Amino acid sequence: MLSGKGGTGKTFVSVNLAVTAKNAICIDCDVEEPNGRLFLKPEESVTEEVYTKLPQVLEEKCIGCRKCVDSCRFNAMGFIKNSPLVFPEVCHSCGACSLLCPTGAIYELKRPIGIVERGRNKEVQVITGILNIGEASGIPVIQNALDTKITEKSIMIIDCPPGSACSVMESVQTADYCLLVVEATIFGFHNFKMVYELVSLLQKPCGVVINKGDYTYYPLINFCKENNITILCCIPYQEKLAQIGANGEVASEKDDETRMIFSTLLDKIRMEVRE
Amino acid sequence: MKKLLILSGKGGTGKTTTTAAFIDFSKADAFADCDVDAPNLHLIAGMKGSPQKTHYYGSEKAIIDDKKCVDCGVCNQNCRFQGIIRADGRYSVNPYACEGCGVCMYTCPVGAVTMEEDIAGELALYWEERLFSTAKLKMGRGNSGKLVTAVKKQLEQGHDNEELAIIDGSPGIVCPVIASISGVDMVLIVAEPSLSGISDMKRILRTAEIFQVRMAVCVNKYDTCIENTEEIKRLCQREGIPFVGCIPYDEKVSVAVNEGHSISKINCPARDALYQVYENIKVYFI
Repeated sequence: MLSGKGGTGKTFVSVNLAVTAKNAICIDCDVEEPNGRLFLKPEESVTEEVYTKLPQVLEEKCIGCRKCVDSCRFNAMGFIKNSPLVFPEVCHSCGACSLLCPTGAIYELKRPIGIVERGRNKEVQVITGILNIGEASGIPVIQNALDTKITEKSIMIIDCPPGSACSVMESVQTADYCLLVVEATIFGFHNFKMVYELVSLLQKPCGVVINKGDYTYYPLINFCKENNITILCCIPYQEKLAQIGANGEVASEKDDETRMIFSTLLDKIRMEVRE
Repeated sequence: MKKLLILSGKGGTGKTTTTAAFIDFSKADAFADCDVDAPNLHLIAGMKGSPQKTHYYGSEKAIIDDKKCVDCGVCNQNCRFQGIIRADGRYSVNPYACEGCGVCMYTCPVGAVTMEEDIAGELALYWEERLFSTAKLKMGRGNSGKLVTAVKKQLEQGHDNEELAIIDGSPGIVCPVIASISGVDMVLIVAEPSLSGISDMKRILRTAEIFQVRMAVCVNKYDTCIENTEEIKRLCQREGIPFVGCIPYDEKVSVAVNEGHSISKINCPARDALYQVYENIKVYFI
């Protein structure tokens, strides 16, 4: 589930599709702002801490050769008072310093950066990556959340973060099919083109869901026609849906019309994936 | 230069619409779009002339020389980012996974790996009439925090008087957001009265707190859930954060935006409410 622009309804579509599919695994990869769990309210949750590695210097072994400092391409190591100093905020945990240290003076400590929560809502497995506040990158948390076994019969729904940067790339790479949730506005369309470019580059088949809109925003409709992109469905803006969503409820459990929309959408996706 | 940054945590709450309106209300002649992942402000800022564009080099990417490579796989074993792939019996670099750390180059026994500067995006600076600094990150690239810093530097270098500059931020809480917060005088958080909106607002408030920057909160589309709007007001009161106003859901907003102009130019309830928010926040930093 992708969108480029934030707030177009990725989580809304993910959650409703998961509930409709029943036998589903719903993974929230928007680890900065994970919201799927607010709707799916998983039970019997187990949480696992996610770590990254942080280099530490054993001063008694350090000979001051500066190899670690000079090899770090992120400037995460400085040389102060004849001894290396680590700046954790910019460290990418690549391991170059410990690998290159000739005396084994650098070892790595586990540093917690977030958690992955695994629980269920009836038949839906709900997996959520939650990044700690103040961390610069959520990639390791996304990787941990995506590291989930899937059976033949179930469908895995991956709710991506907005944008089209590295964290989105991480989430898209494992997918068989990409659903692009678009808002029919100039902003939505502009950012949609950016993620479409990304999906095309990775050669992933994709389809479009227009949310909070209709078929009258022609720049989008024409773009889809020209590029042969299937518009799978269009969910109009409705106050009742906004209300249900605002209260953290799942629309397809509350509203028959929405249930129909998602059950048709799911069938269409299944057909597209088979093709 | 005084800098006001607009953030939200959650995406799609109305950051760019608010930013564009504030630019008009304040007659600011310097502004920036730090949402380098999905920039939109240029679509409604009404800029004249074409921008001056420069490449942005984010980091380096490894390149394996096939002629020198002896297929030992040491690079693959040492890479922690799955940046080395093996296809058709050869090792090569996946540029989307490569972090540019150089471990493969350092460990290659035959010197087959080199590092090359990677163009990770493009900076744009509009300078006729008004100064507008923006950028676009290339797809799938990391290091967007560095690009945000470059966008702000462009703005600061072109503009050195004491006037107000308005900056549109990105959703989320990681590197681009952290980079956008540093050095600003105030952050306005545009919240949304939904359960998700409240959860995300709390996360961005706690992120901004770390940098000890002044904050204020407004609620957009407040009438989609009055109870949640009240909840946000209470939360602000408890935490001593100024609450600077409520903007109603207004169909005219997306109509104006789709025509490519700011809501400030249209007579409607959302515009009036945004103007009030602007007046309320002004007192905190001017």
